[in-house]
Amino acid sequence: MPMKAVFQRRLQKLKHIRGVQQPVFSLICMLLGISFTVWFTLLLVFIIVPAIFGVSFGIRRVYMKSLIKLFEWATLRMERGAKEKNQHLYKPYSNGIIAKEPVSLEQEIQEMRRGSAEPEFDMSDIFYFCRRGVESIVDDEVTKRFTAEELESWNLLTRSNYNFHHISTRLTALWGMGVLIRYGFLLPLRVTLAFTGVGLLVVLTSIVGLFPNGRMKNYLSDKVHLMCYRICVRALTAIITYHDSENKPKNGGICVANHTSPIDVIILASDGCYAMVGQVHGGLMGVIQRAMVKACPHIWFERSEVKDRHLVAKRLSDHVADESKLPILIFPEGTCINNTSVMMFKKGSFEIGCTVYPVAIKYDPRFGDAFWNSSKFGMVNYLLHMMSSWAIVCSVWYLPPMSRMEGEDAVQFANRVKAAIARKGGLADLLWDGGLKRGKVKEVFKEEQQKLYSKVLVGSSEDRSRS
Amino acid sequence: MGSRASSLLREEDIEEIKKETGFSHSQITRLYSRFHSLDKGENGALSREDFQRIPELAINPLGDRIINAFFPEGTNKKYTAREDQVNFRGFMRTLAHFRPVEDNEKNKDLTSGEPLNSRTNKLHFAFQLYDLDRDDKISRDELLQVLRMMVGVNISDEQLGSIADRTIQEADTNGDMCISFSEFTKVLEKVDVEQKMSIRFLH
Repeated sequence: MPMKAVFQRRLQKLKHIRGVQQPVFSLICMLLGISFTVWFTLLLVFIIVPAIFGVSFGIRRVYMKSLIKLFEWATLRMERGAKEKNQHLYKPYSNGIIAKEPVSLEQEIQEMRRGSAEPEFDMSDIFYFCRRGVESIVDDEVTKRFTAEELESWNLLTRSNYNFHHISTRLTALWGMGVLIRYGFLLPLRVTLAFTGVGLLVVLTSIVGLFPNGRMKNYLSDKVHLMCYRICVRALTAIITYHDSENKPKNGGICVANHTSPIDVIILASDGCYAMVGQVHGGLMGVIQRAMVKACPHIWFERSEVKDRHLVAKRLSDHVADESKLPILIFPEGTCINNTSVMMFKKGSFEIGCTVYPVAIKYDPRFGDAFWNSSKFGMVNYLLHMMSSWAIVCSVWYLPPMSRMEGEDAVQFANRVKAAIARKGGLADLLWDGGLKRGKVKEVFKEEQQKLYSKVLVGSSEDRSRS
Repeated sequence: MGSRASSLLREEDIEEIKKETGFSHSQITRLYSRFHSLDKGENGALSREDFQRIPELAINPLGDRIINAFFPEGTNKKYTAREDQVNFRGFMRTLAHFRPVEDNEKNKDLTSGEPLNSRTNKLHFAFQLYDLDRDDKISRDELLQVLRMMVGVNISDEQLGSIADRTIQEADTNGDMCISFSEFTKVLEKVDVEQKMSIRFLH
């Protein structure tokens, strides 16, 4: 009997509590509903609608300016912290560790010979090779292009911090807030936008694909592509400045640009319409590729076809010959470089013989490093890094079109274009192959060095025999 | 993605390396970052493959000899844990040979009375590039091999042989048909070794 009474009393208590909680519960539901609606409306008004029409409110630029001020303040605090503890702050030197003298092999050896009566070989000849070798161990031009660039000031991302022990509590708090904002607010927002952008791309291009070929279809395809890429740009919070838009690539040409990351495609394609070139992938990429090609002709190669250089060249030239088709977008380096230099351009795209429109892309590393180190990080990991950075800030320069000149072969033309891009973007112009990221350097370069030295040796003996 | 290498190097280590090699604090941290970026296996030591991955070194005709100079004979525990690996101290010790000579050098090497970047030590470094079997003398064979590395296939065996013979004739003073270190030093006494075997490290 007492049990029943206790039980009944308990039930009444619960009903009372529930009665109180009922309005609280519905209040919470209402608040969630309202916040969702507000959020989506804001998203639509501030991000998606401008993307459709290609306008910008300028919010991202204000954001960028305030971030710069924040980073400078953070670096000052760290310097102050280091000074107080009387320790040294690690400062990456963008000028390099050593100062190399640009003396060639011949110059150096002539210098050393000058004192003596020109013997054929001197034991001191070894000094040149020795010094050059050790210089390259300390600082070489190639290996540092395949890792992320080091920054002068800290941008509140752990991944680019070298001075852990100099962070004060205030700075740590700021960093903590930064983490919250980036992972709690920016990342979900960006992921939503990314899914929206990609989803719309697939759906809308498939719809456009149903239209009959003609002007209407091309017009719609252009609009659809532009809109979806613009949404993707906002999904990365990319703040892009386009220069010299009068040189934008036109139909029947090839657009070449330096390559830092897969995002380059989104950056260029949100400002103009291009025909993409690439290998056929499976999975999500494959779905996107198949949908895109329905709306306008892109060039996708099967894995087996990529090896056949003639086939590749033929497809590219056929596409270029058709004036109604969009300009092709190609990255001749063949791999991602860390945006401090431009490496060897593969000559394939320069053999086709059409107008080349060079484009230089330079990222500002302070807000987020866009370089994809494909040997260290996979694609998903990379995208996550991208979407949890502060922003991607870059400048795009459209250079005036270039064509192959008389008496110039494909390699020379490629080097000329490369030099122009490097100059405009403020990047180092290197002759080294981007393939050195994974492969070994060819023996022929060592043989060239040996030939040079032999010429110095044998050359002096020829002079001797003449005198 | 950004090197945290400087935080892995302890202050005591930096001080010891400073005393032994004469590099400044910032130079040591900078070089440690470089060491770390070359160390693909991330095990705190460099192997020969790590060096060969540098393209400019791979095309240097004497690249292999230079790499060899970083791996001293025997296993001095301070510099190498295993025979085919060199740790940061060993790396710095070899690089120290290329520091420019300053007039008022006060620091001394712990084991010998001379700093690592003295003229004698620089010459000794170059001598070791020639001396393949590390027996403290350069034989005709060794000289031929090194010459062959430097010229590749562009010069005939006879011509190379006569170059080697002439060089040994000019340098050899005690008639043993080999070049010892003192004979080597004598031949190069007029050469500005300090300048040719120095690298300008920025502060």
